Amino acid sequence: MTTPALEVAHLSKRFGGLPATKDVSLSVAPGERRLIIGPNGAGKTTLFNLITGDLSADAGSVRLFGQELIGMPTQRRVHLGLARTYQILTLFPRERLVHNVVLSLLGLDRRRWNPWAILTASRDLYANARAFLERVGLGEAAERIVAETSYGERRRLELAMALAQKPKLLLLDEPLAGLSQPERQTVRGLLDAIPREVTIVMIEHDMDTALAFAERITVLHYGEVIVEGTRAEVVADPRTREVYLGD
Amino acid sequence: MTRRAAAALALCALALLAVPWVIGNEFYVNMASQVLIYALFALSINMLLGYGGMVSLGHAAYLGIAGYACILATTAGYDQLTAAVFAVALSTAAAAFFGVLSLRAPGLGFIMITLALGQIVWGVAYRANDLTGGDNGIRHPARPMPFGFNISDASSFYYFTLVVFLLALFFIWRFGRSPFGASLKGARDQPRRMRMLGHNVWLVRWITFVMAGFWASVAGVLYVYYNLFLSPHAISLQQSAEILLMAILGGASTLSGPIVGAAIITLVKNVVSTYVERWNTLLGVIFVVVIVFMPYGLVPGCAQAWQRLRNRIKGRKAVSPAASEPAQ
Amino acid sequence: MQWQFWIIQTLNSVAFGGLLFLLSSGFSLIFGLMRIPNLAHGAFFMLGAYFGFTLLQLKLQFWLAALVGGLGVGLIGIVMERFVLRRLAGNEQGQVLVTLGVSFIIADICLLVWSGDPMPLPAPQALRPPLRFAGFAFPTYRLVVLAIALAAAMALYLLMERTRLGAMIRAGVDDTEMARGVGIPVSRLFTTVFLLGATLAGVGGVLGGPILNAYPGLDTDMLPLALIVVILGGAGSLLGAFVGSFIVGFIYNFGIALVPDLAYFVLFLPMVLVLVFLPQGLFGRVQI
Repeated sequence: MTTPALEVAHLSKRFGGLPATKDVSLSVAPGERRLIIGPNGAGKTTLFNLITGDLSADAGSVRLFGQELIGMPTQRRVHLGLARTYQILTLFPRERLVHNVVLSLLGLDRRRWNPWAILTASRDLYANARAFLERVGLGEAAERIVAETSYGERRRLELAMALAQKPKLLLLDEPLAGLSQPERQTVRGLLDAIPREVTIVMIEHDMDTALAFAERITVLHYGEVIVEGTRAEVVADPRTREVYLGD
Repeated sequence: MTRRAAAALALCALALLAVPWVIGNEFYVNMASQVLIYALFALSINMLLGYGGMVSLGHAAYLGIAGYACILATTAGYDQLTAAVFAVALSTAAAAFFGVLSLRAPGLGFIMITLALGQIVWGVAYRANDLTGGDNGIRHPARPMPFGFNISDASSFYYFTLVVFLLALFFIWRFGRSPFGASLKGARDQPRRMRMLGHNVWLVRWITFVMAGFWASVAGVLYVYYNLFLSPHAISLQQSAEILLMAILGGASTLSGPIVGAAIITLVKNVVSTYVERWNTLLGVIFVVVIVFMPYGLVPGCAQAWQRLRNRIKGRKAVSPAASEPAQ
Repeated sequence: MQWQFWIIQTLNSVAFGGLLFLLSSGFSLIFGLMRIPNLAHGAFFMLGAYFGFTLLQLKLQFWLAALVGGLGVGLIGIVMERFVLRRLAGNEQGQVLVTLGVSFIIADICLLVWSGDPMPLPAPQALRPPLRFAGFAFPTYRLVVLAIALAAAMALYLLMERTRLGAMIRAGVDDTEMARGVGIPVSRLFTTVFLLGATLAGVGGVLGGPILNAYPGLDTDMLPLALIVVILGGAGSLLGAFVGSFIVGFIYNFGIALVPDLAYFVLFLPMVLVLVFLPQGLFGRVQI
C-alpha cells in the first residue's frame, strides 16, 4: 500500500459561528489527477488554504507523503514539495516575467539568504527561469513586465512559477478561470504535459475541460464531502446533480 | 551596470571627494558631514521602508542607544575602538530584540509597536538623569583618533565620515541587488505568495530589521563624534519622523533617494531655521504635501519628468510610465 | 501615613486610567473601523487641554469648557479626515504618515499660540477640597474624573451595542467591504467616528488639564501610552481599551511614584509579555 501523496483526515475549520470545512477526509494517490468541485461557497479554496497553511485548522490532520503538515509554517510545507496557484492572480506586477520565476526558484535555493551577491549575476537561475517560461509558451515574453502582459499570459506565468518549484503535490485553484476558449486549450495542453511525478489536485468550474482531465473527483458542498469517486461514478451519482441544482 | 551609470557614479565620487576643497568655508564642510551622517541614517531606515515596505517610527532609538553607549563607555575609560564597537554591538542587539517584538504584528501594528518602543527608549533617556544626564544630555570628551588620524578639524572629519558612508553605501547597494534583497522586496509586495514559494518572510524581515539597526547604530556613533554631545532630542519621535521624511521625500524605491532627501532636509533645516522659527510646522507641512502629491518621491519623479522631456525632444511619443525601467 | 500615600496613588492611577480611556477609546475606534492608527491623537488631547485653558481664562464654566473644547478638537478632526485622509484612501501607509505630519503642525501651532510654559487648568472650585472619609482624604476632582470616564465607557457601550450607529460601526469594524455592500454609508460613518474619537480625546485633554497641565510635549507623552493601551487591550475593542487603560494607568502612575527614573521602562514589561504571548492583545478583534 503506497503512501498517499495527500491524506486529509477529519479536517475542520470554523469562522466565528460558520463551519467552513466540516470533517473533510480525502486521500490522493501519488501521480493522481484529482478534481475538487462544488458550488460557490462550498469551501474548496478554504480547503486549499488549510492544506497550505494559509489558514490554521481547528481539528484534523493533513499528511503530505506521510508527513504531518498541521502546525508547520507554510514555507516549510513548500520545502516538502507543496506548490500552489491562486484563484486570484498573485504575481509581482512591476517585475519582469523572468524575475517572477526567479523568485520562485530562489524560494528553494540556499542563495536566497545571500545579502551580498548580485542576483542578476546568477546566470543559471535566469537560464533556468527562462526554460520554465519556454515550457508554458512565454519564452519570448521573458523580459516583459507583468503589468504589460495579457490575463492569459499571466495565468501561464503562475503555472510556470509553480512548476519551477518542481513540486511533488501541486494545488491548482481554478487555473482556467477567465480564459478564452483557445487559451483554455493551451493551458489544458500544459497541464496534460505535467509528468506523473507531480500529483495534481485541481479546483475548477469549467466542467468540460476539468472533467476530461480528472481521474477522480471529490464533490464538496457546505464544507462537507458529498460524493467521491472516479469520474464516471461521480457524474452518474444523483447527489452530484442535487448539489448543483439545489436541494 | 551600464556605462552611463558608471560614469555618473564616478562623477559623484569625485564631487564628494572634492567637497572640502571646493567649499572653503568650514561651516559648509561641517554641514556636508552632517548630510552624510543623516544620509546614512536615512539609507538604513530605507532598508526597512523602501525595500521592505515596513514603516518604523522608532528608528532613532538605535542612534540613541549607540550614541549613549559610546559616550558612557568612553567616559568610563575604555579606548575609542572598544567604545565604538561596544556601542554598535549593544544597539544592534537591541534591534534584534525590538525586531522580534515589532514583527509580532506586521503592517500597521509594526508602525505602532516601533513607535511605542522608540518612545520608551526616549523616555528612559529623558528620565534616567544619573545615566544619561536627562534633558541636559551628556558630552563626548573629544573627537577620537581612529587609527591615529586626527579628525578634529572639519575637513578631516568630513573625509572620515565619507569613508564610513561610502562603505555603508556600497554594502546597502549590494544588499538591494542581492538575492536576499529580492526576497525582501518580494515579501514587501506579496508576502503570502512569497511564503508559498518557500521564502521565510518573517526571518527575512527580522534580519533586515537587525541590519537596518546596525547601520543606524553606526550613524549614531558618527553623530556623537560629530556633535560631541547627545541629548534625548536626538532620539525623539520628531527625529525618527524626519529620517523617514528624508527617505520618502527623495524616493524610497531608489538608492539615491534617501541621500537626496537627507541633503535637502538638512540644508533646508539649517538655512531655514535661521529665518523661520516654525521648523516643526514646516516639517509637518512638507510631510503632508509630499505624501499627498508626491508619494514616490523626488528622484523617481524627476527621473520620469526628465525621461518625458528627452522623448519630447527626440520627437517620439511619450512612453507610458509603466514601461520605464525601475530606478537603480 | 502609608495608607494615605497608597490611597492618593491609587486614585491618581484610576483617574489617569480614566483619562487614558477617553484618549484610547477614540483611537481604538478609529483604528478598528478605518484601519488608521491616528498618530495625531496625542496632539488632539493636548489641543483639547489648551482649548480648555483658554476657555477657562474666558471664565466659561468648567464642564461647558470641557464640552466646547472637545468639540473644537472634534471639528479639527473632521477637517483632517475629509480633506487629507480621504484623499489617501487605500494608501494605508500614507494615511498613517500624514497623521504624523498633522501632529507636528498642531504641536508647533500650540507652541506658537500658547508659548512654552506649562499652563495649569484650574479645577472647578467646588471640587477642590478633598473628600474626607474614614479619616482619610480623597482627592475629589480625580474621583469625579473617574466617574466621568466610567459614564463615558457606559455610554460608549450602549452606543455600540444598542444603537443603529453602533451596529453600523461594529459591522464596519468586522468587514468594511461587506458593510458597504449592505448599504451602510461607510464614508459618513468614517467621518462620524473620527469626530467622536477626536472629541473624546479633546474632552480628555480638558478634564486632564487640572491633573496634568497643558504643556508642549503632552502629545508625545500621551500618544505612546494610547498605543500601549491598544496593543495590550487589542485594537477595535472597547473592553480592551477600558481594561488596558486602567492597567497602563496603574503601572505608569505607580512607576513614576516609586521608580521615577524607569517609569517608561516599567511599562515595557507588560507590553513585551502581551506581544510575545498574545499578539492580538487581551481582547483583540481586529488583526493588527
